[in-house]
Amino acid sequence: MAASSRAQVLDLYRAMLRESKHFSAYNYRTYAVRRIRDAFRENKNVKDPVEIQALVNKAKRDLGIIRRQVLIGQMYSTDKLIIENQEKPRT
Amino acid sequence: MLLRTAWRRAAAAVPVAPGPTTAPTRGLRLRVVDHATQSDVPSATATAPQAESELRPLYMDVQATTPLDPRVLDAMIPYLVNYYGNPHSRTHAYGWESEAAMEHARQQVASLIGADPREIIFTSGATESNNIAIKELESAIQPDTSLVSVMTVNNEIGVKQPIAEIGRICSSRKVYFHTDAAQAVGKIPLDVNDMKIDLMSISGHKIYGPKGVGAIYIRRRPRVRVEALQSGGGQERGMRSGTVPTPLVVGLGAACEVAQQEMEYDHKRISKLAERLTQKIMKSLPDVVMNGDPEHHYPGCINLSFAYVEGESLLMALKDVALSSGSACTSASLEPSYVLRAIGTDEDLAHSSIRFGIGRFTTEEEVDYTVEKCIHHVKRLREMSPLWEMVQDGIDLKSIKWTQH
Repeated sequence: MAASSRAQVLDLYRAMLRESKHFSAYNYRTYAVRRIRDAFRENKNVKDPVEIQALVNKAKRDLGIIRRQVLIGQMYSTDKLIIENQEKPRT
Repeated sequence: MLLRTAWRRAAAAVPVAPGPTTAPTRGLRLRVVDHATQSDVPSATATAPQAESELRPLYMDVQATTPLDPRVLDAMIPYLVNYYGNPHSRTHAYGWESEAAMEHARQQVASLIGADPREIIFTSGATESNNIAIKELESAIQPDTSLVSVMTVNNEIGVKQPIAEIGRICSSRKVYFHTDAAQAVGKIPLDVNDMKIDLMSISGHKIYGPKGVGAIYIRRRPRVRVEALQSGGGQERGMRSGTVPTPLVVGLGAACEVAQQEMEYDHKRISKLAERLTQKIMKSLPDVVMNGDPEHHYPGCINLSFAYVEGESLLMALKDVALSSGSACTSASLEPSYVLRAIGTDEDLAHSSIRFGIGRFTTEEEVDYTVEKCIHHVKRLREMSPLWEMVQDGIDLKSIKWTQH
């Protein structure tokens, strides 16, 4: 595969965020969204293509983890937390 | 893509057995909400009429235990489903793959604390590790050998002990140094060589790993001899017989690796949230004392005493938040914490203490909610307190001669 372009990185970012919003557990959902945003922001100025590729590969693995764990969480979901009723869904 | 939709269909077809309606262990009930106001839940189980009608409390008790990090569960599941071999079986692929996973996990644990993998023995938890370490004292060769054992981070008030200094002193006096690092591993940087630690206890479920597993670090150079607590097939270099539970140790290893990667990020965020919690409470309530040295303190463990309010009644009032007043190990007894007594806290303040735990998954919203409820209930309980009334009238409680009944 050719080196990751800006567009590909953005696609990955969006895919990760989209998937993370499906975590049924409040704490996992909020952590994943927050961590993904912070991680991509922190690394936005990386220039070395080797480093970028390594980060992209790790992110792809993490996307796989998120997908599987979202499904498992949904299969074993339980009641919402007391504060989920009040705040906006999927923040 | 195809696989995922197949998964979704399969999951949707499963009768809603694990859901809240029929799960054998029902979650904690708080109150009923109107179904009409339910937000959209894109869940595969949202087919049956959901009884998502009871709300769970927030979890603010990470010192008692932590949730599994999804990355940890993801690492463990293959070893619970397909790779179920005994890691000590030498004659087939099931054993070899299980052993490889076990040794990889050992490396992950060692890497977090600056140790060699040969110095890590898997146990059932920090309690077993502590027992192994202390038992060493009894099997000491020289009659005057002794052992210093110190908690790295205290689980009740979050105080950080000066481990490096203690290590230096012990090393110079040729005394073994053990530390129970259950609350510290993966949260603050630890290096067994920099800090001259000889023995260290590690707990899985305090660092977003599974319950039922831990490890003991035993220094090889210079060699620290320990006596096995449980004897049997000689596993773990003879120091802890018993089949090593591969799924659990894989979880522990994954938890350690994640902790190593996330330590700085978590520490920064937890510090900010801790600051937010304490500032907001102290700003809105008088007569609140933070227990523990503020200088040498792990931010995720905040122990506050609310004067003129009984700790247990505050805990019960804060029913929407999972909290504790002191350590889980002693929560059954009504005695005030030995830790608070040891730091010289007044008897009445010791009874008024609450421990707030902030962890990797704690959100700002949870902190704000907890603070709001705490302030509200402390004010309410103080209004009902005759002691508080006397204090407001300017009476010095210490000058009162209470009559005996």
